[in-house]
Amino acid sequence: MNEISLMPEEQYRRLQQRNAADVKDLWDLLDQVKDPEVPVLSIWDLGILRDVERDGDHIVVTITPTYSGCPAMNTITDDVIAALKASGYDQVEVKTKLSPAWSSEWMSPDGRRKLRNYGIAPPEDAELDDDGLTPDAHAQCPHCSSRNTRRISEFGSTACKALFQCNDCNEPFDYFKKI
Amino acid sequence: MSDAIKAATLEYATRLGDDSVVLGHRISEWVSYGPFLEEDIAYGNVALDYIGRARMFYTYAAELADDGRTEDDFAYMRSDRDYRNLLLMEMPKGDFAYSQVRQLFADVYYTVMLPELLQSKDETLSAIAAKAIKETKYHLRRSREWVMRLGDGTEESHKRTQKAVDALWGFTHELFDMDETEQMLADAGIGVDVSKLRDTWLKMVSDILTEATLTVPEDDWAVRGGRTGYHTEHLGHMLTEMQIVHRSYPGCQW
Repeated sequence: MNEISLMPEEQYRRLQQRNAADVKDLWDLLDQVKDPEVPVLSIWDLGILRDVERDGDHIVVTITPTYSGCPAMNTITDDVIAALKASGYDQVEVKTKLSPAWSSEWMSPDGRRKLRNYGIAPPEDAELDDDGLTPDAHAQCPHCSSRNTRRISEFGSTACKALFQCNDCNEPFDYFKKI
Repeated sequence: MSDAIKAATLEYATRLGDDSVVLGHRISEWVSYGPFLEEDIAYGNVALDYIGRARMFYTYAAELADDGRTEDDFAYMRSDRDYRNLLLMEMPKGDFAYSQVRQLFADVYYTVMLPELLQSKDETLSAIAAKAIKETKYHLRRSREWVMRLGDGTEESHKRTQKAVDALWGFTHELFDMDETEQMLADAGIGVDVSKLRDTWLKMVSDILTEATLTVPEDDWAVRGGRTGYHTEHLGHMLTEMQIVHRSYPGCQW
């Protein structure tokens, strides 16, 4: 029997929004802008690209930070402006929207796959503990797929990640936290 | 928004920003001094969360002030007497036990305070709370684990952790004080009535301290003044270090 893959509602809504947009070409263009910390993911994949609007020559792009202190926001803003400028759009405004707060649920299915291939376990590769937080073991190793792993730090190389180590292949790896 | 409410909200956003930037800076002082690499990285991340919060509160304060100031002016161009942070946040980092106990007190405080701020009729304050709540869960788990490990650890770690609890206890009363400004905002459904939160905070903190084999101190002393700009001598020293580059090279960019 074929498995029917279910897309979380938030992801479905984002996809609808992008497909229905009259500036679909701009969404596609911004899908090329990568997150500076995880360069395999675009800002679309990560879910921080929230909206694109066009009023004549004026483009308004709305982004949202993953974590309050995400130091990448300034770079992302510059990259968005540069990407649009390279395609001939000079009047670009980048707005930061805090609400609704970013959720790792917004990450695209493609983004999750790319993340795993890059060596970072996506949020769904660990079963959360009773408090809904990163567990202290068993996140799936993105290198050898073993579940025999342990958490070595609550926080990884960035606020959005925790650090794990695989007990089978011994490789350390980042786990993208669910929030 | 009436003028009085707007002025009070500006003051309130500044206070919350001050709490965040001062605590964030104190935590950042641990970077490169952590007991091991992962802990060093963890502390750096928590500091970033707080500095990020401060930026959001200050950006909102600057928007309300509407006098040309930016978030940077709030952080770097005010002196210690202008800062309105709670004294708990400015105490020097001390030893590792001291910083973790302060962190526990602050994390439990935000755990009980932020869900109330989320209910604020002010959309921006509510949005900042929504982001901070998620991060605070991770912060609290970490500080709770450390206090448990240190309190119920060796004789030396127990002694130091109890000493930290005793030394910081008198600074926690101020966390639940209300003044006219905050009362007005609480009545308007914008600010949090923190005076109602102490029982829950005390219960949560007492449970954790007890489990860590530590003694919950008596309420026999209290220091106050942060919200009116009367600080310990430590804040001035901290701000000197935090603000010197900005003040020495006005408009500097890299």
